[in-house]
Amino acid sequence: MRHRSTSRAIYELLSSMRFAISLLTVLGIASIIGTVLKQNEPYNNYLNQFGPFWFPIFEKLGLYAVYNSVWFLVILDFLVLSTGTCIARQTRPMLKDMRGFREHAKENSLSQFQHHARVLSTRPTGQARDAALAYLGKAGFKVRINAREDGVLLAAKQGSWTRIGYFLAHASIVLICFGGLLDGNLPLKLQMALGGKTTTSGNQLIADIKPESRLGLDNWSFRGNVFIPEGKSANVAVLNVQDGILLQDLPFSVSLRKFHLEHYDSGMPKRFASDIVITDTATGKSVEKTIEVNKPFEFDGIMMYQASFEDGGSRLRLIAHDLRPGSATAPFATGGAVGDSVKVPAPGFDYTLELGSFRPFNIENMAKDEQAETGLAANLEKHLGSGARSPTKKDMRNVGPSVQYKLRDSAGQAREYQNYMQPIEQDGAWYLLAGMRDSPSAPFRFMRIPVDADGKPDSFFAIRSILLDKSRHAEIASRFTATALGKDASEAIRGRMQETTRKTLELFAIGGFDSVGKFIESTIPEAERNKAADIFIKILEGSAWEASKLARASAGQPAVELDQKHGRLLRDTLNATSDSQHYGAPLYFQLAGFDEVRATVLQVTRSPGKPIVYFGSLLLVLGVFAMLYIRERRLFVLIKDSGDALIALSANRKSMDVEEAFRRHRDALATLLNPPAQP
Amino acid sequence: MEIAHTDNTSLLRRLSPGDWLFALVLAGAAAFALRQYGGFMDIYDKAILALVVPGLAAIGWAWKPFRPFLAASAALALASISLYGGDLARAEQTFFLKYLISSQTAIMWMSALFFIATGAFWLGLVARSDFAEKTGSALTWCAVTMGTTGLLVRWYESYLIGTDVGHIPLSNLYEVFVLFSLITGLLYLYYEGHYATRRMGAFVLLVISAAVAFLLWYTFSREAQEIQPLIPALQSYWMKVHVPANFIGYGAFALAAAIGAADLLVRKGILASRLPPAEVLDDVMYKAIAIGFAFFTIATILGALWAAEAWGTYWQWDPKETWAFIVWLNYAAWLHIRLTKGLRGPMLAWWAVVGLLVTAFAFVGVNMFLSGLHSYGSL
Repeated sequence: MRHRSTSRAIYELLSSMRFAISLLTVLGIASIIGTVLKQNEPYNNYLNQFGPFWFPIFEKLGLYAVYNSVWFLVILDFLVLSTGTCIARQTRPMLKDMRGFREHAKENSLSQFQHHARVLSTRPTGQARDAALAYLGKAGFKVRINAREDGVLLAAKQGSWTRIGYFLAHASIVLICFGGLLDGNLPLKLQMALGGKTTTSGNQLIADIKPESRLGLDNWSFRGNVFIPEGKSANVAVLNVQDGILLQDLPFSVSLRKFHLEHYDSGMPKRFASDIVITDTATGKSVEKTIEVNKPFEFDGIMMYQASFEDGGSRLRLIAHDLRPGSATAPFATGGAVGDSVKVPAPGFDYTLELGSFRPFNIENMAKDEQAETGLAANLEKHLGSGARSPTKKDMRNVGPSVQYKLRDSAGQAREYQNYMQPIEQDGAWYLLAGMRDSPSAPFRFMRIPVDADGKPDSFFAIRSILLDKSRHAEIASRFTATALGKDASEAIRGRMQETTRKTLELFAIGGFDSVGKFIESTIPEAERNKAADIFIKILEGSAWEASKLARASAGQPAVELDQKHGRLLRDTLNATSDSQHYGAPLYFQLAGFDEVRATVLQVTRSPGKPIVYFGSLLLVLGVFAMLYIRERRLFVLIKDSGDALIALSANRKSMDVEEAFRRHRDALATLLNPPAQP
Repeated sequence: MEIAHTDNTSLLRRLSPGDWLFALVLAGAAAFALRQYGGFMDIYDKAILALVVPGLAAIGWAWKPFRPFLAASAALALASISLYGGDLARAEQTFFLKYLISSQTAIMWMSALFFIATGAFWLGLVARSDFAEKTGSALTWCAVTMGTTGLLVRWYESYLIGTDVGHIPLSNLYEVFVLFSLITGLLYLYYEGHYATRRMGAFVLLVISAAVAFLLWYTFSREAQEIQPLIPALQSYWMKVHVPANFIGYGAFALAAAIGAADLLVRKGILASRLPPAEVLDDVMYKAIAIGFAFFTIATILGALWAAEAWGTYWQWDPKETWAFIVWLNYAAWLHIRLTKGLRGPMLAWWAVVGLLVTAFAFVGVNMFLSGLHSYGSL
């Protein structure tokens, strides 16, 4: 007995409104957690974020995948349970209520209604009844007549469908949750727990992955990614689970013919599309199809979506320039595919080149900042007109391909580099931009390598190698002295000048402008530093000019005038040479050519719950509208033989419309039952 | 307090020749649009266009003042299009375009009109001036007309930039803020007519003014008004149904919050003699939340259908999705308490006001503070 009452109490609690409201609140708050903390990131990110103490605690709490965690699913289950018991509890009384007309209502109870009125009925009961009946019918009521001793009761109702709305809306919640559960990762968790499947690391060849990390064709619910380079094919999908992966065999293979990548003029992506051929493993039949974002394709019950794209191993051709001072290694060719690690193919370099990524084009805004117009009127004017007008000056230009790579030394230390293939115009001159950074989170710092009129960096490298070559400093110093002092200068002055120049070049060869600057600071009084700096700069510029002449002569090139343009080249060369002292690598890899290979990433899913969820959603919409917009009304008209009548109206909800509807029906019926005398 | 008369006789029987003429004009307009711009539509776009006709007809039948509004917006948009004549540069050269009905200018007019309308409603409330309230009402009508014109013209302008750029202007935070202002304005105007009182205008227009203030900040300080092409995930007919449904929801919730605030004041005796009785405010609040909830439900489901097509899964607990779910739970709980428990009074009004905070976070806050797939308008 006691047991019964306990289960009864639980049942009542579960189906109670209090419980339902509390659940909705708890669910809402629980959902917030997963929006604050980024979900399903690699575990390392969380470890960095929270540290070794909190990381495992949060992992246990399931905070890295809140919506798949056990406790969240339990709350959802309670929602299903609450809704389910609520339906179970309400069904019988509601159906009864829907069907019934309550035609046996007592006069006494009708007169207790909030909306009731007594009116006169001057017509014979039969006539009055027929008139009221016709009115009710026209007004959209269903009526049941109950003749009684003292007259007749018309029990009318409309809008009973609102009760159906209740069932639809609440049943739909159960359906949607159930369908969602089938498509979530619960089936996968079950297979891992019961089917002995375990995740494995992602850094291995597909062929090496053991059967316990492979899911068979009979798996009816999964979501994974297929990576296919152009010209290749794949027949397995990779499922990311926690911090590992599982492989899903597919009943077909997909090969990528071509990946289309289109951009708007602004550089914004416009279209991602994969031309694929799907071949059924069982029948050998093939289908050709183009999959795009927003245009998925279903094959054999598996949906395929354009998820993303990557480099599929583009072949890159690089020219390596030796940056070591005094070295005579000529530029040499190297290269490889994106993703490869290549040993630097020249003696004396114990380095590995890791080709990270390649971009076939880079669209940048090359417009110069201009002074904004001031004043309210001008500002307003700027924002009138068409929405097509650009508020800022734009000059979107494709600055060409770029490559990003790491150069790792024998100790395992690496720096990251980003080089553009084509010269880019900056402040009126053209440069090859060579970026470097020490850590992945830092922005790239760029060395601007000046190029000759033909777009090649040859002059720079030639001048640089002379300037940094200690064995040639004396030669440059004597040439510079000769040019600068003319023939009349005394031997002593000449000697001092030569010595100063040689010393300056030596300093410059150690650490660029930095070393020269430090030397000035440590040896020259503050008041004279600016003047001294000017002199050092003049010496370096003059030396660069001498180096330039030497370089041209040894390359068999004709001499050039020291005009403004060449002067600019020399200054840029000095700057870049100075920067190259801090480049952190003995080699600069110039991107010389490429064969782009793209790869597509398709998402493949089998989601058995989808039709259930969609059907549930349809029911939900129908149910919500029926509940909110079909108004249930019951109108009772009691016509008594005594010439007295009672009109009463009830509604399932209190609202202002009820009052208004009652007034309208009462007035209309009063007039029908007691028609005004004909004039 | 009179509620505008509603009749129980079936809708079709009540329709006058004028109603049918209105529907006919709508159908004609759709046919014209199809003939003129059908080349830019796929089969789904055409189906949506066809469904818009009965939809707008139903609104126009149930709410007569909607018709002149629609006619005026359409006429202004067509005038603008014909002034453009296919050349974007005309926006700078033609007086009427530059200062009246190019998209940006029309939206600026909308903003100014909403501000002045707010002032007029408050003047009416404080000075008990019927005239000021009527002015506020008329200005609100003008504002929604200019806003609608602005969006329609913006749609056209986007195609003038390039046919591959053209799209319905519902694609980023700037555009949907205009939509939000209009829809909230229209919902208010509907209730103003339905309950035959202009007294709620002062409160509702405050919320709209706040949205417009944000819009102006977004324009002048972030230069967000420039039409941008669509990224691949947004290139879908779903945008045409998902976004408007969502903003009917947001607009209705915002309106309910404004009414809730008025309701709380009335219950405390503040402005009680100047505002409608608490009973009416309570009713409007319920109606707004009901319609908001119904459309928000549809919008979320449409969003799920779209997500299934674009991102490969109908629900993946992206921050925007999750917050939509939280908003939905919030109003579901509100409706349960009111409808099943029959609860009335300040608690529900407070809840409606707080509900706006939740809604605002889902609408703007998610874009500002959280990152996810759904960030189409960052600040």
